[in-house]
Amino acid sequence: MVSDNQDGKATATKQPLEVTKLQELVYELKIEQVMTKKVITVSPDDTLRRLKEQLRINRISGTPVLRGAELVGIISIEDVLKALERGEIDARVGDKMTVDVQTVFADETIMQAVNTFGRHGFGRLPVVTRDGRLVGILTQGDIARGLLRQLEIDYHEEEIHRYRASHIFEDIVSDQTGLILRYNVRAHDFTHCGEAASKLKRALERLGAKPTIVRRIAVASYEAETNLAIHSTHGGQLTAEVQPERIRIIAVDTGPGIADIEKAMQPGFSTAPDWIRELGFGAGMGLNNIRSCADEMHLDSKVNVGTRLQIVIRL
Amino acid sequence: MTLGEIANELALAVQTASDRLDTPVTGGYASDLLSCVMAKARKGNVWVTLQSHLNIVAVAALLELAGIIVTEGTAPDAATLQKANEEGVPILTTSQTTFQVVARLAQLGIRGGD
Repeated sequence: MVSDNQDGKATATKQPLEVTKLQELVYELKIEQVMTKKVITVSPDDTLRRLKEQLRINRISGTPVLRGAELVGIISIEDVLKALERGEIDARVGDKMTVDVQTVFADETIMQAVNTFGRHGFGRLPVVTRDGRLVGILTQGDIARGLLRQLEIDYHEEEIHRYRASHIFEDIVSDQTGLILRYNVRAHDFTHCGEAASKLKRALERLGAKPTIVRRIAVASYEAETNLAIHSTHGGQLTAEVQPERIRIIAVDTGPGIADIEKAMQPGFSTAPDWIRELGFGAGMGLNNIRSCADEMHLDSKVNVGTRLQIVIRL
Repeated sequence: MTLGEIANELALAVQTASDRLDTPVTGGYASDLLSCVMAKARKGNVWVTLQSHLNIVAVAALLELAGIIVTEGTAPDAATLQKANEEGVPILTTSQTTFQVVARLAQLGIRGGD
Protein backbone atom coordinates (compact mmCIF):
# COMPACT_ATOMS: atom_id res chain seq x y z
CA MET A 1 0.00 0.00 0.00
CA VAL A 2 1.33 3.38 -1.01
CA SER A 3 0.79 6.38 1.20
CA ASP A 4 0.49 9.93 -0.08
CA ASN A 5 2.33 10.69 -3.26
CA GLN A 6 2.73 13.74 -5.39
CA ASP A 7 1.00 12.79 -8.62
CA GLY A 8 -2.59 12.90 -7.46
CA LYS A 9 -3.04 9.17 -6.99
CA ALA A 10 -3.26 9.44 -3.23
CA THR A 11 -6.99 8.94 -3.09
CA ALA A 12 -6.86 5.83 -5.21
CA THR A 13 -4.05 4.19 -3.27
CA LYS A 14 -5.42 5.02 0.15
CA GLN A 15 -8.05 2.35 -0.37
CA PRO A 16 -6.33 -0.63 1.28
CA LEU A 17 -5.76 -3.58 -1.00
CA GLU A 18 -7.88 -6.58 -0.26
CA VAL A 19 -5.24 -9.07 0.83
CA THR A 20 -6.41 -12.51 1.82
CA LYS A 21 -4.80 -14.40 4.68
CA LEU A 22 -3.48 -16.87 2.14
CA GLN A 23 -1.77 -14.20 0.04
CA GLU A 24 -0.20 -12.82 3.20
CA LEU A 25 1.13 -16.25 4.15
CA VAL A 26 2.63 -16.83 0.71
CA TYR A 27 4.84 -13.81 1.37
CA GLU A 28 5.50 -14.69 5.02
CA LEU A 29 6.37 -18.38 4.98
CA LYS A 30 9.87 -19.39 4.01
CA ILE A 31 10.54 -22.29 1.68
CA GLU A 32 12.51 -24.07 4.42
CA GLN A 33 9.39 -24.06 6.60
CA VAL A 34 7.33 -26.08 4.13
CA MET A 35 9.84 -28.13 2.10
CA THR A 36 10.39 -31.85 2.53
CA LYS A 37 13.69 -32.17 4.35
CA LYS A 38 14.25 -35.84 3.78
CA VAL A 39 15.44 -35.90 0.18
CA ILE A 40 15.74 -39.12 -1.78
CA THR A 41 18.58 -38.73 -4.28
CA VAL A 42 20.24 -40.86 -6.93
CA SER A 43 23.72 -40.88 -8.37
CA PRO A 44 24.40 -40.19 -12.08
CA ASP A 45 25.95 -43.67 -12.24
CA ASP A 46 22.73 -45.41 -11.15
CA THR A 47 20.65 -47.07 -13.87
CA LEU A 48 17.13 -45.92 -14.71
CA ARG A 49 15.99 -49.36 -13.58
CA ARG A 50 17.29 -48.62 -10.10
CA LEU A 51 15.78 -45.13 -10.22
CA LYS A 52 12.40 -46.65 -11.15
CA GLU A 53 12.57 -48.80 -7.99
CA GLN A 54 13.50 -45.78 -5.85
CA LEU A 55 10.55 -43.84 -7.22
CA ARG A 56 8.22 -46.77 -6.66
CA ILE A 57 9.37 -47.60 -3.12
CA ASN A 58 9.32 -43.99 -1.94
CA ARG A 59 6.15 -43.12 -3.87
CA ILE A 60 7.69 -40.07 -5.47
CA SER A 61 7.73 -38.91 -9.07
CA GLY A 62 11.24 -37.52 -9.38
CA THR A 63 14.53 -36.92 -7.57
CA PRO A 64 17.60 -34.69 -7.66
CA VAL A 65 20.82 -36.28 -8.92
CA LEU A 66 23.88 -35.85 -6.71
CA ARG A 67 27.52 -36.59 -7.44
CA GLY A 68 28.94 -36.64 -3.91
CA ALA A 69 27.44 -33.52 -2.39
CA GLU A 70 27.08 -31.67 -5.69
CA LEU A 71 23.71 -31.26 -7.37
CA VAL A 72 24.32 -32.23 -11.00
CA GLY A 73 20.83 -32.84 -12.36
CA ILE A 74 17.22 -33.80 -11.81
CA ILE A 75 15.28 -36.74 -13.18
CA SER A 76 11.59 -37.69 -13.12
CA ILE A 77 9.21 -40.53 -13.84
CA GLU A 78 8.67 -39.08 -17.32
CA ASP A 79 12.29 -39.81 -18.16
CA VAL A 80 11.78 -43.38 -16.93
CA LEU A 81 8.69 -43.79 -19.15
CA LYS A 82 10.54 -42.48 -22.20
CA ALA A 83 13.42 -44.85 -21.51
CA LEU A 84 11.01 -47.79 -21.13
CA GLU A 85 9.42 -46.99 -24.50
CA ARG A 86 12.81 -46.95 -26.18
CA GLY A 87 14.11 -50.02 -24.37
CA GLU A 88 16.75 -47.96 -22.58
CA ILE A 89 15.86 -48.86 -19.02
CA ASP A 90 19.45 -49.85 -18.24
CA ALA A 91 20.86 -46.50 -19.36
CA ARG A 92 22.65 -44.34 -16.77
CA VAL A 93 20.75 -41.61 -14.95
CA GLY A 94 23.57 -39.23 -15.87
CA ASP A 95 22.79 -39.66 -19.58
CA LYS A 96 19.05 -39.06 -19.32
CA MET A 97 18.71 -36.44 -16.58
CA THR A 98 18.02 -32.74 -17.01
CA VAL A 99 21.30 -30.99 -16.29
CA ASP A 100 20.08 -27.40 -16.23
CA VAL A 101 18.47 -27.58 -12.81
CA GLN A 102 16.18 -24.82 -11.63
CA THR A 103 16.58 -24.47 -7.86
CA VAL A 104 15.15 -22.23 -5.14
CA PHE A 105 16.85 -20.95 -1.99
CA ALA A 106 15.76 -22.22 1.40
CA ASP A 107 15.40 -18.70 2.82
CA GLU A 108 13.23 -17.36 0.01
CA THR A 109 9.50 -16.91 0.53
CA ILE A 110 7.18 -19.48 -0.98
CA MET A 111 6.00 -16.73 -3.34
CA GLN A 112 9.30 -17.18 -5.21
CA ALA A 113 8.64 -20.88 -5.57
CA VAL A 114 5.04 -20.32 -6.66
CA ASN A 115 6.36 -18.02 -9.42
CA THR A 116 8.99 -20.55 -10.51
CA PHE A 117 6.44 -23.35 -10.60
CA GLY A 118 4.10 -21.13 -12.62
CA ARG A 119 6.81 -20.11 -15.09
CA HIS A 120 8.30 -23.51 -15.77
CA GLY A 121 5.63 -26.03 -14.87
CA PHE A 122 8.07 -28.29 -12.98
CA GLY A 123 6.74 -30.89 -10.60
CA ARG A 124 9.43 -30.31 -7.99
CA LEU A 125 12.26 -27.92 -7.18
CA PRO A 126 15.44 -28.80 -5.28
CA VAL A 127 15.99 -26.42 -2.37
CA VAL A 128 19.54 -25.23 -1.76
CA THR A 129 21.27 -22.97 0.75
CA ARG A 130 23.00 -19.80 -0.42
CA ASP A 131 26.26 -21.77 -0.61
CA GLY A 132 24.69 -24.35 -2.87
CA ARG A 133 24.08 -27.21 -0.43
CA LEU A 134 20.98 -29.31 -1.15
CA VAL A 135 18.74 -29.18 1.95
CA GLY A 136 15.32 -30.20 0.71
CA ILE A 137 12.86 -30.67 -2.07
CA LEU A 138 9.70 -28.71 -2.74
CA THR A 139 6.54 -29.77 -4.54
CA GLN A 140 3.31 -27.86 -4.97
CA GLY A 141 1.82 -30.35 -2.52
CA ASP A 142 4.38 -29.26 0.12
CA ILE A 143 3.30 -25.65 -0.38
CA ALA A 144 -0.40 -26.50 -0.02
CA ARG A 145 0.27 -28.56 3.12
CA GLY A 146 2.49 -25.84 4.61
CA LEU A 147 -0.13 -23.17 4.02
CA LEU A 148 -2.89 -25.29 5.54
CA ARG A 149 -0.75 -26.04 8.60
CA GLN A 150 0.02 -22.35 9.11
CA LEU A 151 -3.63 -21.40 8.62
CA GLU A 152 -4.54 -23.88 11.32
CA ILE A 153 -1.94 -22.46 13.73
CA ASP A 154 -3.12 -18.91 13.04
CA TYR A 155 -6.71 -19.99 13.54
CA HIS A 156 -5.90 -21.42 16.97
CA GLU A 157 -4.11 -18.25 17.97
CA GLU A 158 -7.08 -16.20 16.90
CA GLU A 159 -9.39 -18.42 18.91
CA ILE A 160 -7.37 -17.64 22.02
CA HIS A 161 -7.47 -13.93 21.27
CA ARG A 162 -11.23 -14.06 20.94
CA TYR A 163 -11.39 -15.09 24.56
CA ARG A 164 -10.42 -11.66 25.64
CA ALA A 165 -10.47 -10.42 29.20
CA SER A 166 -12.08 -7.21 28.04
CA HIS A 167 -15.15 -9.19 27.03
CA ILE A 168 -15.51 -10.71 30.44
CA PHE A 169 -15.04 -7.33 32.01
CA GLU A 170 -17.52 -5.75 29.61
CA ASP A 171 -20.09 -8.47 29.97
CA ILE A 172 -20.14 -8.53 33.74
CA VAL A 173 -21.28 -5.19 35.08
CA SER A 174 -20.32 -4.02 38.52
CA ASP A 175 -18.65 -1.00 40.06
CA GLN A 176 -15.43 -2.92 40.17
CA THR A 177 -14.98 -6.26 38.47
CA GLY A 178 -12.00 -8.44 39.28
CA LEU A 179 -10.94 -11.98 38.77
CA ILE A 180 -9.14 -13.73 41.62
CA LEU A 181 -6.88 -16.68 40.95
CA ARG A 182 -5.43 -18.36 44.04
CA TYR A 183 -2.73 -21.02 44.08
CA ASN A 184 -1.45 -22.95 47.09
CA VAL A 185 2.32 -23.42 47.16
CA ARG A 186 3.88 -26.16 49.29
CA ALA A 187 7.09 -25.65 51.23
CA HIS A 188 10.17 -27.44 49.84
CA ASP A 189 8.20 -29.04 47.02
CA PHE A 190 10.40 -28.48 44.01
CA THR A 191 8.56 -31.05 41.93
CA HIS A 192 5.51 -28.84 41.59
CA CYS A 193 7.27 -25.52 41.98
CA GLY A 194 6.58 -23.33 38.96
CA GLU A 195 3.16 -24.78 38.28
CA ALA A 196 1.26 -21.87 39.80
CA ALA A 197 3.18 -19.43 37.59
CA SER A 198 2.51 -21.65 34.54
CA LYS A 199 -1.20 -21.80 35.26
CA LEU A 200 -1.40 -18.07 35.87
CA LYS A 201 0.46 -17.41 32.63
CA ARG A 202 -1.91 -19.62 30.66
CA ALA A 203 -4.93 -17.92 32.22
CA LEU A 204 -3.66 -14.48 31.27
CA GLU A 205 -2.92 -15.58 27.71
CA ARG A 206 -6.42 -16.88 27.45
CA LEU A 207 -7.73 -13.59 28.78
CA GLY A 208 -5.90 -11.84 25.96
CA ALA A 209 -3.17 -9.99 27.89
CA LYS A 210 -0.28 -8.62 25.82
CA PRO A 211 2.68 -11.05 25.48
CA THR A 212 5.17 -8.52 26.95
CA ILE A 213 2.98 -8.05 30.02
CA VAL A 214 2.39 -11.80 30.37
CA ARG A 215 6.14 -12.33 30.36
CA ARG A 216 6.70 -9.88 33.21
CA ILE A 217 3.93 -11.46 35.23
CA ALA A 218 5.30 -14.94 34.52
CA VAL A 219 8.79 -14.02 35.75
CA ALA A 220 7.52 -12.18 38.85
CA SER A 221 5.03 -14.86 39.85
CA TYR A 222 7.58 -17.64 39.26
CA GLU A 223 10.06 -15.93 41.57
CA ALA A 224 7.37 -15.30 44.19
CA GLU A 225 6.30 -18.92 43.97
CA THR A 226 9.86 -20.24 44.32
CA ASN A 227 10.40 -17.97 47.33
CA LEU A 228 7.40 -19.60 49.01
CA ALA A 229 8.73 -23.06 48.15
CA ILE A 230 12.29 -22.31 49.29
CA HIS A 231 11.79 -20.23 52.41
CA SER A 232 8.33 -20.65 53.93
CA THR A 233 7.86 -22.95 56.91
CA HIS A 234 4.40 -24.21 56.03
CA GLY A 235 4.02 -23.15 52.40
CA GLY A 236 1.92 -20.20 51.32
CA GLN A 237 -0.52 -18.77 48.88
CA LEU A 238 0.00 -16.98 45.60
CA THR A 239 -2.95 -14.84 44.61
CA ALA A 240 -3.45 -12.93 41.38
CA GLU A 241 -6.12 -10.27 41.31
CA VAL A 242 -6.90 -9.37 37.72
CA GLN A 243 -8.67 -6.13 36.92
CA PRO A 244 -9.17 -4.47 33.54
CA GLU A 245 -6.35 -1.99 34.13
CA ARG A 246 -3.90 -3.87 36.34
CA ILE A 247 -2.95 -7.16 37.95
CA ARG A 248 -1.95 -7.45 41.59
CA ILE A 249 0.03 -10.48 42.73
CA ILE A 250 0.21 -11.26 46.43
CA ALA A 251 2.41 -13.96 47.97
CA VAL A 252 1.72 -14.68 51.63
CA ASP A 253 3.24 -17.13 54.08
CA THR A 254 3.18 -17.68 57.82
CA GLY A 255 6.88 -17.71 58.57
CA PRO A 256 9.75 -17.70 59.25
CA GLY A 257 9.76 -14.02 58.19
CA ILE A 258 12.66 -11.92 56.92
CA ALA A 259 14.99 -10.45 59.53
CA ASP A 260 16.50 -7.72 57.37
CA ILE A 261 14.41 -6.76 54.33
CA GLU A 262 16.96 -4.27 53.05
CA LYS A 263 19.62 -6.97 52.98
CA ALA A 264 17.24 -9.47 51.37
CA MET A 265 16.68 -7.03 48.52
CA GLN A 266 20.40 -6.84 47.70
CA PRO A 267 21.25 -8.70 44.49
CA GLY A 268 23.05 -11.93 45.31
CA PHE A 269 22.11 -12.03 48.99
CA SER A 270 20.62 -15.40 49.83
CA THR A 271 19.79 -17.45 52.91
CA ALA A 272 18.94 -20.57 50.90
CA PRO A 273 20.68 -23.74 52.12
CA ASP A 274 23.21 -25.57 49.93
CA TRP A 275 20.91 -28.37 48.84
CA ILE A 276 18.49 -25.83 47.39
CA ARG A 277 21.29 -23.93 45.66
CA GLU A 278 22.45 -27.14 44.06
CA LEU A 279 19.08 -27.31 42.36
CA GLY A 280 19.79 -23.94 40.77
CA PHE A 281 17.58 -21.96 43.16
CA GLY A 282 18.58 -19.50 45.83
CA ALA A 283 20.85 -17.33 43.71
CA GLY A 284 19.71 -14.28 45.62
CA MET A 285 18.26 -12.70 42.49
CA GLY A 286 14.57 -13.50 43.00
CA LEU A 287 13.44 -10.30 44.66
CA ASN A 288 15.46 -8.27 42.16
CA ASN A 289 13.83 -10.03 39.26
CA ILE A 290 10.45 -9.32 40.80
CA ARG A 291 11.28 -5.67 41.30
CA SER A 292 12.44 -5.27 37.70
CA CYS A 293 9.19 -6.76 36.39
CA ALA A 294 6.79 -4.87 38.65
CA ASP A 295 5.38 -1.36 38.43
CA GLU A 296 4.93 -1.36 42.22
CA MET A 297 6.34 -3.65 44.87
CA HIS A 298 5.74 -3.87 48.60
CA LEU A 299 7.43 -6.32 50.93
CA ASP A 300 6.34 -6.60 54.57
CA SER A 301 7.69 -9.18 56.94
CA LYS A 302 7.89 -9.96 60.62
CA VAL A 303 10.11 -12.66 62.06
CA ASN A 304 8.12 -15.65 63.36
CA VAL A 305 4.92 -14.17 61.94
CA GLY A 306 5.20 -14.22 58.17
CA THR A 307 5.88 -12.37 54.94
CA ARG A 308 3.59 -10.58 52.52
CA LEU A 309 4.84 -9.59 49.09
CA GLN A 310 2.60 -7.51 46.90
CA ILE A 311 3.33 -6.39 43.38
CA VAL A 312 1.28 -4.51 40.82
CA ILE A 313 1.74 -4.68 37.07
CA ARG A 314 -0.31 -2.32 34.95
CA LEU A 315 -1.98 -3.86 31.93
CA MET B 1 18.65 -21.86 12.29
CA THR B 2 16.30 -24.39 13.84
CA LEU B 3 16.84 -26.46 16.95
CA GLY B 4 16.87 -29.60 14.81
CA GLU B 5 19.72 -28.24 12.71
CA ILE B 6 21.63 -27.36 15.89
CA ALA B 7 21.03 -30.89 17.20
CA ASN B 8 22.52 -32.28 13.99
CA GLU B 9 25.53 -29.96 13.94
CA LEU B 10 26.43 -30.61 17.59
CA ALA B 11 25.42 -34.30 17.57
CA LEU B 12 23.02 -33.75 20.47
CA ALA B 13 20.70 -36.52 21.66
CA VAL B 14 17.07 -35.45 21.43
CA GLN B 15 15.36 -36.66 24.62
CA THR B 16 11.94 -35.01 24.43
CA ALA B 17 9.47 -33.18 22.20
CA SER B 18 11.10 -34.30 18.96
CA ASP B 19 8.12 -32.77 17.11
CA ARG B 20 9.23 -29.30 18.19
CA LEU B 21 12.62 -29.24 16.49
CA ASP B 22 11.50 -26.98 13.65
CA THR B 23 11.41 -24.01 16.02
CA PRO B 24 13.75 -21.25 14.82
CA VAL B 25 16.29 -20.37 17.52
CA THR B 26 16.38 -16.62 18.26
CA GLY B 27 19.55 -16.68 20.36
CA GLY B 28 21.16 -18.40 23.30
CA TYR B 29 21.66 -18.18 27.04
CA ALA B 30 23.78 -20.23 29.42
CA SER B 31 23.48 -20.44 33.22
CA ASP B 32 22.71 -22.95 35.95
CA LEU B 33 20.95 -20.42 38.16
CA LEU B 34 17.24 -20.43 37.40
CA SER B 35 16.69 -16.84 38.49
CA CYS B 36 19.35 -15.65 36.06
CA VAL B 37 17.66 -17.57 33.29
CA MET B 38 14.29 -16.08 34.26
CA ALA B 39 15.81 -12.60 34.08
CA LYS B 40 17.91 -12.87 30.94
CA ALA B 41 16.78 -15.63 28.56
CA ARG B 42 14.46 -14.50 25.79
CA LYS B 43 11.60 -16.18 23.99
CA GLY B 44 12.87 -18.64 21.40
CA ASN B 45 16.37 -18.84 22.95
CA VAL B 46 18.18 -22.11 23.40
CA TRP B 47 19.29 -22.55 27.02
CA VAL B 48 22.51 -24.37 27.88
CA THR B 49 22.80 -25.74 31.43
CA LEU B 50 23.95 -28.70 33.45
CA GLN B 51 20.85 -28.60 35.63
CA SER B 52 18.55 -31.48 34.78
CA HIS B 53 15.80 -31.50 37.40
CA LEU B 54 12.11 -30.92 36.82
CA ASN B 55 12.18 -27.17 37.22
CA ILE B 56 14.19 -26.53 34.07
CA VAL B 57 11.03 -27.52 32.20
CA ALA B 58 8.91 -25.01 34.14
CA VAL B 59 11.43 -22.24 33.40
CA ALA B 60 11.65 -23.12 29.69
CA ALA B 61 7.88 -23.34 29.34
CA LEU B 62 7.29 -20.03 31.14
CA LEU B 63 9.80 -18.23 28.94
CA GLU B 64 8.78 -20.10 25.77
CA LEU B 65 12.37 -21.10 25.11
CA ALA B 66 13.15 -23.07 21.94
CA GLY B 67 14.73 -25.83 24.00
CA ILE B 68 17.25 -26.86 26.64
CA ILE B 69 20.70 -28.34 26.03
CA VAL B 70 21.77 -30.32 29.11
CA THR B 71 25.55 -30.66 29.21
CA GLU B 72 28.31 -32.83 30.71
CA GLY B 73 26.42 -36.07 30.28
CA THR B 74 23.83 -35.21 32.93
CA ALA B 75 20.78 -37.41 32.46
CA PRO B 76 17.39 -35.86 33.26
CA ASP B 77 15.19 -38.23 35.27
CA ALA B 78 11.98 -39.79 34.01
CA ALA B 79 9.71 -37.21 35.67
CA THR B 80 11.59 -34.37 33.97
CA LEU B 81 11.41 -36.06 30.56
CA GLN B 82 7.71 -36.75 30.98
CA LYS B 83 6.95 -33.17 31.98
CA ALA B 84 9.01 -31.86 29.05
CA ASN B 85 7.01 -33.99 26.63
CA GLU B 86 3.76 -32.76 28.16
CA GLU B 87 4.81 -29.12 27.89
CA GLY B 88 6.41 -29.56 24.47
CA VAL B 89 9.87 -28.49 25.66
CA PRO B 90 12.70 -30.13 23.70
CA ILE B 91 15.54 -31.38 25.92
CA LEU B 92 18.79 -32.25 24.15
CA THR B 93 21.68 -33.89 25.94
CA THR B 94 25.40 -34.07 25.27
CA SER B 95 28.59 -35.14 27.00
CA GLN B 96 30.24 -31.85 25.96
CA THR B 97 30.74 -29.09 28.53
CA THR B 98 28.62 -25.95 28.59
CA PHE B 99 31.62 -24.00 27.30
CA GLN B 100 32.14 -26.34 24.37
CA VAL B 101 28.47 -26.21 23.43
CA VAL B 102 28.33 -22.41 23.61
CA ALA B 103 31.50 -22.11 21.53
CA ARG B 104 29.96 -24.28 18.80
CA LEU B 105 26.67 -22.36 18.93
CA ALA B 106 28.57 -19.11 18.46
CA GLN B 107 30.33 -20.59 15.43
CA LEU B 108 26.92 -21.43 13.99
CA GLY B 109 25.90 -17.80 14.37
CA ILE B 110 23.69 -18.15 17.47
CA ARG B 111 24.01 -14.98 19.52
CA GLY B 112 23.37 -13.99 23.11
CA GLY B 113 21.64 -10.90 24.44
CA ASP B 114 18.88 -8.81 22.91
